[in-house]
Amino acid sequence: MKPSPALQNTMTWPQRFLIAAVLSWFGLLIFGPAVALARRAFAPGMGAFFEALTDPDAIQALLLTAKITLVVTISNTIFGIGMAVVLVRQRFWGRRIVDGLLDLPFAVSPVIAGLMLIILYGPKSEIGSRLESIGFPIVYHLPGMILAGMFVTLPLVVRSVAPILEEIGSDQEDVASTLGADWWTTFRRITLPTIRWGVAYGAALVVARSLGEFGALLVVSGNIIGRTQTATLYVHDQIESFQPHGAYVMSIVLATVSFCILVGLETVQNRVRQREYGAETNEDDQGAVRQMRRH
Amino acid sequence: MSSTVAGRRTSLSGELLRWSCLLYLGIVLVFPLGGVVVKAVSAGPSKIWAEVTNPFAWHAIMLSLGTAVVMVLISVFTGTATAWVLARYEFPGKGLVNALVDLPFAVPTIVTGLMLVALFGPTSTLGVVLSGFGTPVIYEQSGIVLALLFVCFPFVVRSVQPVLENLDPAEEEAAATMGASRWMIFRRVTLPALFPSIVSGAGLSFSRALGEFGSVVMVAGNRPMSTKTAPLYVYGEVEGFNMEGALAVSLVLLTCSLLSMIAASKWAERQG
Repeated sequence: MKPSPALQNTMTWPQRFLIAAVLSWFGLLIFGPAVALARRAFAPGMGAFFEALTDPDAIQALLLTAKITLVVTISNTIFGIGMAVVLVRQRFWGRRIVDGLLDLPFAVSPVIAGLMLIILYGPKSEIGSRLESIGFPIVYHLPGMILAGMFVTLPLVVRSVAPILEEIGSDQEDVASTLGADWWTTFRRITLPTIRWGVAYGAALVVARSLGEFGALLVVSGNIIGRTQTATLYVHDQIESFQPHGAYVMSIVLATVSFCILVGLETVQNRVRQREYGAETNEDDQGAVRQMRRH
Repeated sequence: MSSTVAGRRTSLSGELLRWSCLLYLGIVLVFPLGGVVVKAVSAGPSKIWAEVTNPFAWHAIMLSLGTAVVMVLISVFTGTATAWVLARYEFPGKGLVNALVDLPFAVPTIVTGLMLVALFGPTSTLGVVLSGFGTPVIYEQSGIVLALLFVCFPFVVRSVQPVLENLDPAEEEAAATMGASRWMIFRRVTLPALFPSIVSGAGLSFSRALGEFGSVVMVAGNRPMSTKTAPLYVYGEVEGFNMEGALAVSLVLLTCSLLSMIAASKWAERQG
């Protein structure tokens, strides 16, 4: 993108200096580290890169991350749609409390999220020990890691669907049910098509967040290689055991996937703006988008 | 508006939907939160207080608060400047910068930490130069600030940028026709309009910074009484099965980060 000559002429030296300062800061803080990581990952050559990538432990970790992400995304998307419908379309006692509680995972450190799960569901707790005795251990096993993923991504789908539901109102749904459609038909034919981009946006955020979750998983996993090791835990473990190249390669994979999701989200966001609301963006929409961007 | 909008026939399924959602919310979020409260009450306030005022815990809490404050002070300037440049000027590479602003939100935190070590760490050229000047960054407290700056970079930018873009140019133009200098216009006209969004971005950054773990683990070196932040301390205590210690520091962190989040949003609401 080249600036027009007219613009360049109107630019004063302090303005140019400001642009240069911002670009340098951005380059040093964001761009530089990303490039440095890529250089480290590819420095030993493509052969070594693929060798590190196809390491059995690395593959195991990626598979576990995929499994957790899949379960968390499906279950939190269903919950998110349901909770958004309940919050927007129903009035009940405690609705505001529920609304406030939903944002809590944004304020909780991932480590504390893990601690909360251990205290309630850990092997030393009432519930945890009972579940373990019937052969369903949670903490230090897969269910605990899924629960941790659910905790940290809980608000994302609700917060991207609820503003759209509020925006469209319930007129069309009311008409459908007056015409004799049952609630499922109404939901499937009227509500779902309207909120689909919001759902897609929220679900993509959940995928990105659970792929990259580290702190909560570290606390609730036993971190035994191959069994409860996810991709992010693998990165940590490789660094701890002085094998940085494995960590760099896995990091590049994670960063690339996250980056693609980010680019996809921008596209979805533009679609939501253009298709659902028309070309003009409104304040609520921007607020919602900003809210989504937080995590 | 009654309990459901669509009337009697859907009310049973509506109730069912509500209770299943609340149950899910309970299992994932509310019951664990309740568990923490029960545990804290059963440990007793004096035990909790003793754990918080233990010198190692206290240092970790103060370090987290201090690094977060320093980060916010820097981020407020760089974030506003970045938003300003993105909203007001055209320059080569603007599209790329605009797209990459959100990168810190997308990249996993542990990868962030590794990136910073790769550029600033002792095995990189830049790291060697920094150590040569006697100011190594990685494995020092300044490294923690650096990690927080990266992780929280988008907050202020993304909260100020839309406000700047929607700002009515009439007021600035009026000030200019009355002979105000550029700096005067910025300070007296533009800045007051931006202030609420800057504060709300700062509040979100602070709240996020207090709990940051993944990137700090990589860059901090994890030395007690030196570079061990509160989340690292909590993790250490969990690993050492000192649940009360972990719980006590968690309660302090949670309170601070909730308060700063609520304060920033309330304040911005009142101003806006």
